[in-house]
Amino acid sequence: MIDASIPELPDYGEAALEQAFAALEASARTAAANLSGEAQVETFRLEWLGRKQGRLNEISSRWLKGAPPEAKKALGVRFNALKTVVEGLLEQAAGAGPSDAALKAEAIDITLPGTRRLTGAEHPITKTLNEIVSVFAALGYSVGVGPEVETDFYNFESMNFPPGHPARDTQDTLVVANQERRPLRDRLLLRTHTSPVQMRTMEQQPPPVRIVIPGKVHRNDAADATHSPIFHQVEGLCVDTNITFSDLKGTLDHAMKALFGSSVKTRFFPSFFPFTEPSADVQISCIFCGGKGCRKCKQSGWIELLGCGMVDPGVFAFAAQKQPAYDPKKISGFAFGMGVERIAMMKYGISEIGQFYAGDMRFLGQFA
Amino acid sequence: MKILTKWLRAYLPGLSVNDAQLAEDLTLRGIAVEGVYDLGAGNGSLYEMDITTNRVDAMNHYGVAREAATIYGLELKPLEFSLPAAKPAAQPFSVAIEAQDLCGRFTAQVLRGVTITESRDWFPGAEVASYFALLDQKKISNAVDATNYAWLAMGHPTHAFDLDKIEGGIVVRRARKGEKLKTLDGMERVLDPEDLVVADHKKALALAGVMGGWDTMITPETKNVLVEAAWFEPMAVRQTARRHGLHTDASHRFERGADFAAAPTASRLVSAILLAGGGSVEGELVDVRVPALEDRTARRKPVALQLSEVQRILGTTLDAEGITAQTVEAVLGGLGCGVQAASAGTGSWLVTLPSWRLDLEREIDLIEEVARVYGYNRFANTLPAFAGGVQALPWAAKEAAARTTMLAAGFHEAIASTFCSAAEAAQTAQQPGQVVPLGNPLSEEAGVLRPSLVPGMLTMVAGNLNRDVSDVRLFELGTVFSGTTEKVEERPALGLAATGAIPQDSALHAARQIDFHDVKGVVEQVLGNFEARGLYFDRFPADAGITPEWLHPYRSARAVVDGVTVGWFGQLHPREASARKIRQAVLVGELYIDRLYKLPLRKPAARELSRFQPVRRDFSLVLDESVAWEAVDQAMAELRIPELVDWRVREVFRDPRLGKGEYSLLLGATFQAADRTLREEELQGFHARVVEAVGKAGARLRAQA
Repeated sequence: MIDASIPELPDYGEAALEQAFAALEASARTAAANLSGEAQVETFRLEWLGRKQGRLNEISSRWLKGAPPEAKKALGVRFNALKTVVEGLLEQAAGAGPSDAALKAEAIDITLPGTRRLTGAEHPITKTLNEIVSVFAALGYSVGVGPEVETDFYNFESMNFPPGHPARDTQDTLVVANQERRPLRDRLLLRTHTSPVQMRTMEQQPPPVRIVIPGKVHRNDAADATHSPIFHQVEGLCVDTNITFSDLKGTLDHAMKALFGSSVKTRFFPSFFPFTEPSADVQISCIFCGGKGCRKCKQSGWIELLGCGMVDPGVFAFAAQKQPAYDPKKISGFAFGMGVERIAMMKYGISEIGQFYAGDMRFLGQFA
Repeated sequence: MKILTKWLRAYLPGLSVNDAQLAEDLTLRGIAVEGVYDLGAGNGSLYEMDITTNRVDAMNHYGVAREAATIYGLELKPLEFSLPAAKPAAQPFSVAIEAQDLCGRFTAQVLRGVTITESRDWFPGAEVASYFALLDQKKISNAVDATNYAWLAMGHPTHAFDLDKIEGGIVVRRARKGEKLKTLDGMERVLDPEDLVVADHKKALALAGVMGGWDTMITPETKNVLVEAAWFEPMAVRQTARRHGLHTDASHRFERGADFAAAPTASRLVSAILLAGGGSVEGELVDVRVPALEDRTARRKPVALQLSEVQRILGTTLDAEGITAQTVEAVLGGLGCGVQAASAGTGSWLVTLPSWRLDLEREIDLIEEVARVYGYNRFANTLPAFAGGVQALPWAAKEAAARTTMLAAGFHEAIASTFCSAAEAAQTAQQPGQVVPLGNPLSEEAGVLRPSLVPGMLTMVAGNLNRDVSDVRLFELGTVFSGTTEKVEERPALGLAATGAIPQDSALHAARQIDFHDVKGVVEQVLGNFEARGLYFDRFPADAGITPEWLHPYRSARAVVDGVTVGWFGQLHPREASARKIRQAVLVGELYIDRLYKLPLRKPAARELSRFQPVRRDFSLVLDESVAWEAVDQAMAELRIPELVDWRVREVFRDPRLGKGEYSLLLGATFQAADRTLREEELQGFHARVVEAVGKAGARLRAQA
């Protein structure tokens, strides 16, 4: 019983009061120290501060009320001091929160996998395209685009592939039906490269031009691990006064370092494209072995990555039909093009080009 | 193409570098050696070459040797073959070029009394047996091998006829309509009037520049031979080869331009090899030329070249000295050009072009030769200055916003085929009949340009389900095509598809199937990127013929922004699902995003947030099944109570205790004033107005339980 724990006061003398209140305080402190959990804290509160049966209430009614008037003041001071101590203890106990035991009961298995909210993954081709475009944006290149269905004129003729020229054999073309009766230059086909946008851009604006052209292209090629009838290219075109072959080299060397790391080296080989002259193939030092030679680079230390060259005066001549400022005696320029799939396959270690177009959630999810 | 270094060295007595170094030096000059294989002591190496199509002149041993001679500044041994003195002919062998536009030169050499035998190493410069062995080239007979040897040595096609099968003389002419010719491959061919043939006075003997004829071929019995070395017009050979589906070494070379001047040398080489086995020359070489074609090949006008132009195009070199007049003269001279200074010391030349380099025509072609032989990697890496600005595409930010929204909603980006089947196109085309077929499709399933992204989406969903991936979220930002085969239109579109459970990756939370409203939410978020005055969704009766065929008519919606249809989405029509063997509900949609691109992107603008307490009131409503949420929503909007800051449907439930054809809906409304705490009387007033408004819309307050 609570009552029982409130001793009778032998007298209202100073010493008796001192001893009685000290005992009460010690008892409160001991009890408070062992409190655990909200329930026990509440019990403690009721035990000491409860309005009906709380100890302080008992003290008040038993000791204070029966005290002689001269002792009331001293008793009151001690009573208030005890109340403050108890309130403090209570505050402390409540602030400490639930006991370890109570918390332990709430334990969970933190080794279960986290609940993930599915985040969509940008397609690796989009990602790679954007990376390439932003490298060239930093060099002052704007973005240009053109139609996927092109005319023979833009895709071939204006790019210096004359009708019947053997160079056309290198780009097997998907054509739109029922074109046979139209003039060759108007016949519609699926563009085989992004190069026609070079001509479309030059027809629209006089030099200087700095443009980078990302886009989807198609060829009538049988699909295998590294070939697909659908693929993507990024084309670039820079035309101005005094653009040189060494500018082409410097631009692509800078771009390859920006894309693959500053330790990458480039080297240039003579090549052939109808729309550039001189033409070059560019190799970068193998990004897997650093040039020492590995399986990926067929032990050569080099990986072939893009084609480029100085814009052929014949191409400028076509542009000059609409924009006379493209006079090859006064201006010069370079163009370059790269296959996005090839770069993405290399960057991400993809072995089958067909995976880009299958929409397989497991494949795409890797790029989130 | 295969090249023997032993053979190369025979033309380059001064060559001192080893085969590996030679391969690298050639490769860096564009004469690409892809592989170097050691053939054993004394045999040198075999090079596997990959030479670009413009350099047919270098697709033979002498051509590669010429490149090496230019690189190292070496002497190249001239090609000289001597024949025994000719016995006079009673009369010169008759050769006539009738098709003067297609045949520029025809040489004929009569050889008598030859012996058809096995090839040997006949004389220095004609090591037929040993070179063929190293090249793994099959020996056939000394006559056939002689023409092949000349081909491998100097890249000029020649042909040997059995002279006794030729009636009269040679006429180079177009074929006659319906004329027949059995070619060396044993095929009986009907000729086209545009085919160029080598004929005698009676019949066609060979497809000029493509393949010889069966009836005049060399046999073991052949005694007398006519050696042909000619020059045919590239386009004529190309078209003949194409028409007959015949691509031979000879047609490859003639199509790309053979060496007009090489014919007599090639003829002499073939004759010399044949005669090494016996026999004699009869008469001089008959050489008929067409001056007009000779002017276009072997006698082209010199091209002017300026050193300043070389430097303008090529720019800075790593060597301080750079490209000098001496460099230009050495390179072009080595390649066989005649380099004549226009006037001494001015860095200005007139360059005559070698007959074997028809790819050289203009000043820029010569500049390329200088750069190529000088070495591309000896140029510096410079960056051009630029003062202009960078422009993004006008819709780039809008496309990025749509993509970001889709990614954030948990959809993976996909890229599908540009093509679909005619049946898929008919079903998904926005405008019926506006479908563009391909002339040479990859397959029937890829017969037309896709008019919609939906077929690709469905193919990819089905592909995932087939691979046991049952939770699919995909979108594509791609081009769709409409119009006709005369004029094709391209528009960007956004396709999306979803099926399976959400959340997808949890052991602790019950999964639920993604549904129409999940996808509607994604569509709303995409549309929410754009600044529009009005957005609504609607649906049409199944028989109205407005809903696309691929959608479930009662579980699909059209999205309309500012009065313009911007897309359709919803559950795949069960008929389409079962046609694709899909057993779970698939949600699919297409947004005509080009129409959204016409709208500006929504610019976020901040409003003052009220400091006063918001008050939420819930209304439990009972509605007839025919009354959609939209009616309640609209009634709330029309209240125009400024303090009504938010309302939404919190729950929809069907309760058997309700009347037949009724359902219940919990409407949550939030009231908040910007400038004061709302008083109870005000709230009661709002409450009454809400009840009245939704009442007019067909909803009554559910009686308190």
